[in-house]
Amino acid sequence: MEKESPGVPSGQGSQDASRAAEAPGFARAAEAEAPGSAESSPVLVLEHAAKSFGAVHALVDGSIELYGGEAHALVGENGAGKSTLVKILAGVYQPDAGTLLVNSEAVTLHSPAMARAAGIAVIYQEPALFPDLTVAENMFIGRQPLTSGRRIDRRAMRAEAAAIFGTLGVQLDPARIARGLSIADQQVVEIGKAISLDARIIVMDEPTAALSATEVNRLFDVVRALRAAGAAVLFISHRIEEIFAICQRVTVMRDGRQVLTRELDGLVAGDLVRAMVGRELSQQPAEAPAGPGEALLNVERLTREGVFTDVSFTVRAGEIVALAGLVGSGRSEVARAVFGIDRYDAGTVTLRGHALRRGSPTAAMSAGLGFVPEDRRQQGLVMEMSVQQNVALASMHSLRRGGLIRAAAEHALAADWATRLRIKYGRLTDPVSMLSGGNQQKVVLAKWLARKPRLLIVDEPTRGIDVATKAEVHHLLSQLAHDGVGILMISSELPEVLRVSDRILVMREGRLAAEYSRAEATEEGIMSAATGQLDGGSQP
Amino acid sequence: MTATLLRREPPETPAEASSRRLTERVFRIRESGIIVVLALFVAVTAGVQHRFISDTNIQFILVNTTIYALLALGETMVVISRNVDLSVGSVLGMSAYLSADLFGGHHGIPIPLVFAAGLGIGLGWGIVNGLLVAAGRVPSLVVTLATLYIIRGVDILIVGGGMVTANTLPASFTGIPKSTLLGIPDLAIAVAVVVAAGAYYLRSFRSGRELYAIGSNPEAARLTGLPIGKRVLFAFAVSGAIAGVAGVLWAAQYGTVDSTAGTGYELTVITAVVVGGVAIFGGSGSVVGAALGALLLATINSALYVLGVSDFWDQAIFGFLLILAITIDRIISVKLTAALRLRSTRRGT
Amino acid sequence: MAPDVGVAPLPPHQGRPGLASIRARAPWAFRWETGLALVVIVIGIAGTTASPSFLTSNNLFNLGLSNGEIAIMALPMTLIIISGEIDLSVSSTLGMSSCLLGFLWSRHWSMIAIFVVIAIVGIAAGALNGLLVTRVGLPSLAVTIGTLTLYAGIAEILLGPNTVSNFPAAYTNLGVNAVPYTGGAITYSTAIFAVLALIFGVVLHATPVGRSIFAMGASPEAALFAGIRVKRVKTVLFIVSGLVCSFAGVLYTFRLSTAVQNNGVGLELDVVAIVLVGGVSIFGGQGSVPGVVLGVLAFAGIQNALLLTNFNQEASGVVAGGLLLLSVFGRNAASYARRLREWSPARRRRAEGAAVDGAAAGSQP
Repeated sequence: MEKESPGVPSGQGSQDASRAAEAPGFARAAEAEAPGSAESSPVLVLEHAAKSFGAVHALVDGSIELYGGEAHALVGENGAGKSTLVKILAGVYQPDAGTLLVNSEAVTLHSPAMARAAGIAVIYQEPALFPDLTVAENMFIGRQPLTSGRRIDRRAMRAEAAAIFGTLGVQLDPARIARGLSIADQQVVEIGKAISLDARIIVMDEPTAALSATEVNRLFDVVRALRAAGAAVLFISHRIEEIFAICQRVTVMRDGRQVLTRELDGLVAGDLVRAMVGRELSQQPAEAPAGPGEALLNVERLTREGVFTDVSFTVRAGEIVALAGLVGSGRSEVARAVFGIDRYDAGTVTLRGHALRRGSPTAAMSAGLGFVPEDRRQQGLVMEMSVQQNVALASMHSLRRGGLIRAAAEHALAADWATRLRIKYGRLTDPVSMLSGGNQQKVVLAKWLARKPRLLIVDEPTRGIDVATKAEVHHLLSQLAHDGVGILMISSELPEVLRVSDRILVMREGRLAAEYSRAEATEEGIMSAATGQLDGGSQP
Repeated sequence: MTATLLRREPPETPAEASSRRLTERVFRIRESGIIVVLALFVAVTAGVQHRFISDTNIQFILVNTTIYALLALGETMVVISRNVDLSVGSVLGMSAYLSADLFGGHHGIPIPLVFAAGLGIGLGWGIVNGLLVAAGRVPSLVVTLATLYIIRGVDILIVGGGMVTANTLPASFTGIPKSTLLGIPDLAIAVAVVVAAGAYYLRSFRSGRELYAIGSNPEAARLTGLPIGKRVLFAFAVSGAIAGVAGVLWAAQYGTVDSTAGTGYELTVITAVVVGGVAIFGGSGSVVGAALGALLLATINSALYVLGVSDFWDQAIFGFLLILAITIDRIISVKLTAALRLRSTRRGT
Repeated sequence: MAPDVGVAPLPPHQGRPGLASIRARAPWAFRWETGLALVVIVIGIAGTTASPSFLTSNNLFNLGLSNGEIAIMALPMTLIIISGEIDLSVSSTLGMSSCLLGFLWSRHWSMIAIFVVIAIVGIAAGALNGLLVTRVGLPSLAVTIGTLTLYAGIAEILLGPNTVSNFPAAYTNLGVNAVPYTGGAITYSTAIFAVLALIFGVVLHATPVGRSIFAMGASPEAALFAGIRVKRVKTVLFIVSGLVCSFAGVLYTFRLSTAVQNNGVGLELDVVAIVLVGGVSIFGGQGSVPGVVLGVLAFAGIQNALLLTNFNQEASGVVAGGLLLLSVFGRNAASYARRLREWSPARRRRAEGAAVDGAAAGSQP
């Protein structure tokens, strides 16, 4: 896999520095450290931060030091405490314990506005822009440059925006409205906004999740430009090869604690993974697979303009097929099209020989499909309804007598599944919002299992779930396969993919890029196929 | 700025510039669409009935437009921020009665004072609306639906069964809508100036742009720390104040005011605003478009009259136009977003 | 084929002490409907104290007369608001059907034929709303403001400035007489309301369709992902509303014995007020038919009290508007208080939900 070398060749670096020194908002950069060096005192220090929500300890001992001119990676499994730490830096939460020093001054950030004032900017995975305003206005809303008559000076605003984009080395028309911008462009606008606010610390929360390979490279250039200008970049990502490509130091978190902080030079991916997981990656399958049976799901040449093209695959009874790839590669979209939530332009979907009508979840469900969606809170559950009602939501018609839902039958169904899946709850009539993430996911699974599906599509089944429940879910999926259910699993967690699936399909930018059987699959292989670097070297 | 002098602007790729051009083109078509429909209407009607474009009739149309155009200005500011003000008709009614009543009770009262009183009444109610919406976190639909009836009810209690008749009003007051400058009614010129001022404010001042931002993405506005409460309160206050002034003008125009003045005006105003290109969900549109929408509706009204069609067809036509306008806007919005997205992705990869 | 993943069940965890546990054991104590029932009782007591004729069958009869149609229209409105939409065209549909009745009657159509036409027109009116909202994807607020205007306009076109009053006594009696054997207290509209309330109540609270209405109002995406046909259900709701409102128009016309262009103008506020007072959330996903029935009683009771104290009837909008505001703010106040104690509300969901997920993950050994 080809990778960029960390650090910037000196010639380009000094040019970057001189360009940066002239750009608006970087006035102070002139005195900043030389690009790439991290010798001076840290711009931000977080020490022994802790944060709990009731009985749940989100952060136990979080510490991090950020230096100007450096890109610092923050890694950890889901639930390790990364997002809580980020929210503390963003001023959304205030820590229960610990100290935060910005430029050697102790501060408490009571609000996002205070964090901005302290020079901290956070770029989220899904930027929130104003679609009806222009790019330049999005950057300067509330602070537009004014003429002498207190009017907005549009030309100056556009020029400043263009200048900032120039510093970052990107091309974006400041006069175009934000509507329809790709996520990558939206991120650039947010970064530009951060720079115009004189942000010295830029936190990027999983920025590459939705980007294409070209866009990722462009983002890397932007990160280098930011470093050259003396800003500190905190880069949160699951993608280890990206971290090695663009960052200088790394902090690994596990179970709410910082467990490792080192220079990336001299480390290998395995070191990071070991630190994240606390154990060696086990490649052992969860269950000995029974031989797969008849073909259940047949997807042929499925196409949706601009989203996915010519996707064909099969899932057999008793088989777990994983759909891997970077976020944005089109996996969830394919799954939703198969299930009928989204439409598609061409191709066919057949279940057990019968063609499925497109765009009809009802048809899919009658044929025996189930779908556990990616976003548990918005798509998987009705948060205001009770545990019982959520479990029964897809089975209401079978609980009827004379047109009315039988309350006792509903209760019995929910209780039965709660027992089988070991769901922890107070009362079945409690709102499902009161359950933990892992138990909520079990409720979603129960909802679909209650219908006895032939083929179950699960999208990120263990996202945001504690380790123990994760193992339970994996075990459940293997059991289902053992009993003859076909499973199509979308997952961004490679260890999970390797552990659970019989076959792995890799998507990249809307197409199927590769297919591996369990025996021949490796993390690097999947990652290479997912990022489009199949011809290449190995990890550092 | 030195930055611009020292740095070469990155060259626009054809695809990018085309995104901007596409958007601009679409908006221009939408805005000029109203003018086209207007021109068509006038041409057809004038062809059938020549007196449609007589001086007197044009003046009549323009004066009729002024009140709706004023109301449309205030309503636009509210709608842009993703709210709605249904109480404008009731505010107009109360202001019309109370200001006309002032002449009866206080002979010789200076006219500007009466205008100030009307403005004050409207401003007061506007602030009430704004506070309820901004501080109470209640959807503006519910709040202004309630105040629509509360204000009308209070007005009925005040008016009792009475009314103010034109002969109690001074000639200088009732003459306001009639005075003209070079054949164009003074009022029309005044309102045009006010609308232009409003457009200028919304385009060139920070707080005006923030109204658009709030309507375009309320969540992002919150995260960015924009003073949403203040801006929304301001929008409602302006809408109310304008409705108050419009009430005084209504009294000047019609002379006889009872408790039914202004009933139903809010629906016409919203129709004018939407037909004029202001998105019902906020974030885009202009007061000029809204004023043109008001002009179009007044023209249709007059055309129906001139053509001998009973004016009972008004409401049905307006309702149909409203539905047509929001449907067209929705289709445009969906297609535009898709087209822009496609250009973005193509350029990116 | 069902998998068996079961092992010995774990005990459910202990209920939390304090307010939350009372809430869990006796949820009825904290519900909106309970408070509203108390309010209705208070109104009844206050009314009887103020005027001994308050609870007489004669007065109840009058209450039924003046509020019957509004109450009937409130039932489909309840379902529509719970599903996350709104229908402001109800009063215009009533008016349009009233004028249609007058128009066709004055042209000597038979009453049965007229009823059929009115039903068809009501269905079409609702279908237009439903299609614009579900197929074109327009916000129901804007659409129903448009159809409100359109249908009122059609009503105007139909009758113009004329009125039609020569309806046969057999029909107008339905509007003004009491149902036999009820001691003169129940109007036909009240009886119809009671029957419809029962039907709508059962559908909303005990059928899969009713459950799906709550789901789509509370969480439109989750409903879609659970295979609920959101578009179809919403279209049907609008059609039902159109049909019910057009028959309310028939009742209204018979009661007044007159079909005239401005029949029903302004009633939509009363309907929305009753529904919101009844505990239905304007944001969708919450509410009940019993609550709306109580809302009807509360609304009618207050109107009646005002009547007995010689309050100017035309200004009764003040009361309706005030009630509307009170009920919305009252509901908000309750949620402000709740927000301080628990983390359940929808708005904090995204911000803290992910954190708690992550937290739960981190807390496991």
